[in-house]
Amino acid sequence: MNTVPPDLTSAYPEIFLLAMVCVVMLADLVAGEKRRYVAYYLAQLALLGCALLTFTSLSTETSYTFSGMFVDDPMSDILKLLVYGTVVSVLVYSREYISSRGMYTGEFFSLILFATLGMMVMISASHFLTLYLGLELLSLSLYALVALRRDTVIATEAAMKFFVLGALASGFLLYGMSMVYGATGSLHVAVVSEAIKSGVLSHEVLVVGLVFIVAGISFKLSAAPFHMWAPDVYQGAPTAVTLFISSAPKLAAFGFVMRLLVEGLGEMVADWQGMLIILAVMSMAVGNLAAIAQTNVKRMLAYSTISHMGFLILGLISADWNGYSSAMFYTMAYVLMTLGTFAIIMILSRDGFEAENINDFKGLNKRNPWYAFITMLLMLSMAGIPPMIGFYAKLSVLQAVLNAGFVWLAVVAVLLSVIGAFYYLRIIKLMYFDEPESFDPISPQTDVKVLITINGVAVLAFGLFPQTLMALSLYAIERSM
Amino acid sequence: MLFGLPLLSLIIWLPIVVGLVVFATGNDRNAQLARLIAIMGSVLGFMVAIPLYLQFDSSLSSMQFVENHPWVERFNIYYYLGVDGISMPLILLNCFTTPLVVMAGWAVIRERVSQYMGAFLIMSGIVNGVFASLDAMLFYVFWEASLIPMFLIIGIWGGPNRVYAAIKFFLYTLLGSLLMLVAFIYLYQISGGSFSIIDYHKLPIPLEPQILIFLAMLLAFAVKVPMWPVHTWLPDAHVEAPTGGSIILAAILLKMGGYGFLRFSLPIAPDASQYLAGMMIALSLIAIVYIGIVALMQVDMKKLIAYSSVAHMGFVTLGFFLFNAYGIEGAMVQMVSHGFVSGAMFLCVGVLYDRLHSRQIADYGGVVNKMPIFATFFMLFAMANAGLPGTSGFVGEFMVIMGAMKVNFWYAFLAATTLIFGAAYTLWMYKRVIFGSIASPAVEGLNDVSKREFAILAILAAAVLWLGVYPFPLTDVMHATVDDLLAHITQSKL
Repeated sequence: MNTVPPDLTSAYPEIFLLAMVCVVMLADLVAGEKRRYVAYYLAQLALLGCALLTFTSLSTETSYTFSGMFVDDPMSDILKLLVYGTVVSVLVYSREYISSRGMYTGEFFSLILFATLGMMVMISASHFLTLYLGLELLSLSLYALVALRRDTVIATEAAMKFFVLGALASGFLLYGMSMVYGATGSLHVAVVSEAIKSGVLSHEVLVVGLVFIVAGISFKLSAAPFHMWAPDVYQGAPTAVTLFISSAPKLAAFGFVMRLLVEGLGEMVADWQGMLIILAVMSMAVGNLAAIAQTNVKRMLAYSTISHMGFLILGLISADWNGYSSAMFYTMAYVLMTLGTFAIIMILSRDGFEAENINDFKGLNKRNPWYAFITMLLMLSMAGIPPMIGFYAKLSVLQAVLNAGFVWLAVVAVLLSVIGAFYYLRIIKLMYFDEPESFDPISPQTDVKVLITINGVAVLAFGLFPQTLMALSLYAIERSM
Repeated sequence: MLFGLPLLSLIIWLPIVVGLVVFATGNDRNAQLARLIAIMGSVLGFMVAIPLYLQFDSSLSSMQFVENHPWVERFNIYYYLGVDGISMPLILLNCFTTPLVVMAGWAVIRERVSQYMGAFLIMSGIVNGVFASLDAMLFYVFWEASLIPMFLIIGIWGGPNRVYAAIKFFLYTLLGSLLMLVAFIYLYQISGGSFSIIDYHKLPIPLEPQILIFLAMLLAFAVKVPMWPVHTWLPDAHVEAPTGGSIILAAILLKMGGYGFLRFSLPIAPDASQYLAGMMIALSLIAIVYIGIVALMQVDMKKLIAYSSVAHMGFVTLGFFLFNAYGIEGAMVQMVSHGFVSGAMFLCVGVLYDRLHSRQIADYGGVVNKMPIFATFFMLFAMANAGLPGTSGFVGEFMVIMGAMKVNFWYAFLAATTLIFGAAYTLWMYKRVIFGSIASPAVEGLNDVSKREFAILAILAAAVLWLGVYPFPLTDVMHATVDDLLAHITQSKL
């Protein structure tokens, strides 16, 4: 049989990254204990290389390769570039943290890079199996990352919980996919979409499959009522890993949802719209209400993430380019905010001390006005107060929801975000109104200092001038869907 | 244009930039520098606002000094600025008040001076933005952003219960404004993708959505004004806020609510306004009468003035919903006058508080023996607060009562009771604090006002008297705009 080798050009970044992961592992082995920075710089180099490869071959059209299992379109390029940027920041932010906690090892970097590879595959997959493979590569790396400090009980417990529930969710997803396969006879996203459009298939089978797929996705997005793992994992994982889990994978999850629900099962809007409404409302309610009761910052941010995911899902409900691009913009804004927030938690931590309690923010304005100011920007942005980027994220989602005719949904979202504003304000209150409990100096390394400043200012600057990011997400969606 | 720069942008951004410079002076070692930059910046801010008045054409009802640039193309949001006879006086009031507030905090604030001064300057710029925005989203951004500095001012420099007050203030106002945001987005949809307020004014809307829009905006503006029964945040915020914060809150922030009615509710939803006017008038009258009685019972001076603010702002909302020129112009005069008078009243309480660290009326008595100059000023402001003819307080209230008389005798009758209640609670408080025998050794040790305090009080006294005797310059600039607004409201948009 004479097979034509697939055109690899659009998968160059993935292939390059895979090669680089091996290089990182080998180099770390050779470099030894004293020169751990080799792995760090190689990892950064790998991401930079990926960015270069993606950037030089930006696509304006959709192209398929590997027999249509892999897609390269503007949305995948933009999402991947954002993922690289996020992972680079994660590495910069976490270097000091992991080196003071015995996690400055080659495994950390290779696992992060493997997870990144998984995300890239998720973003570019156009076949149910590829989607699943990308997701599993990401998930397995994350389980291992959470368990990286195997000597601490809480991290091990978190990893176990994460693994068991994550595996269950993957099972759901696979089961749902198999139902869809049973109904349509194909796993190709495009073929599935065509088959459903033909309208001759058994609707019942498809809907049962859809329910399982949506449940699986909700697990991965940590949307209520499938959110149980998130608070425990966020709290239990080392902060550097929490930072990673809560940031980049959400970008990939957005791409994943777009491929699966919109491109693949887009014809079933009427069916999944209702499910997403329930998920969105529940996530916003559970996330915002439960966050009030938290005294652990990481746990609070886990619930805050849940509520943000509710808002993100809200953007998808309107099921048009307007809503999708709003959801994408929301994801970008969320990642920017979450990166900064966890970075602040990490610089407040020191050797042997985790700044996990909200009281650790007390009097930050007296200890360091600049970081207090940045944290305030981040918190206000999360609460959706203008002129921060979080406001425009909420604005565009609300606009899409109203455009789709769900006035009540917009009102519910708005009321729940008032509740949400309370716990973000509490952090500001602690920083500005209370006296500090410790006067330890906060002196991160220069690269962290610069990046945090850029990150905080970006939250404000993109709030004052949100057009660029909005146009970017609009472009990505319009050109790809 | 001023020196080739667009005037309104200058008025908005100059204080904000200066505020950031003040922040940059850092910790309290440079406190004096922070104060100097702040006072220069705020005076400069007032000076650049003067051409706004001088170059204003009061015969026009349309927007003047217009600036219009695309801002967020994705949602057709424009950086669209302009003023008319309604917003221009409020901008001037704000620019006028800021230097006074900076001076009022000059010696009293000793901790984190740069942050305090910077917050007030930034606040000033943001509020100017609120009054000058002609794009609903730009308006909303400024509107919400104004919460942040005030939240910090109350929370950092406030009294013992400041945290509760600050968070209550923030969440209360946020709840109101978010529903307004939903209304804006809804208008954006039905106007075919525009956030321009001017477009909204012309937009025909059926009655039912009009009522919903009106109610959504009502919550935002009613909380801000504040109207009964959503006024409960105000006494808390006022009592806990530092003097400067109380002044800005009463003199400026409450006006944002009143302004909102004139710029949004009335012209965008005129039919709903007419339809719900009875309810609005009832709420206003309750504020005037009931809150007047509540004020009578207060033992805390700041709380008393806070409640009197609610009652006075009741006149403003009453005037708006009478739908005649007396009512609306009277309400506008009342807003400006209340800016001067309530600011001055809070300042007077601040003067006493700085010396004795008590706001309880019972702790004072016989202050006149020790502070005669202060007592004179306080007398004038108390009279203005009670609406004595010859002071600014009288003009607005009288105009609104005349307007009410044209509509219904009983409205006017109930509104006029304020002249009794207002006199009662203000003058009774004045009597207990100022007159009588010296109440305690602490009062015995009081010093009269300093030169700085004298200057602030004198400026405010001049403003109160000037507006009371000769309000023409103020009513003149708003005349054309108010007539136009009235013509607009009486036309159905169904």
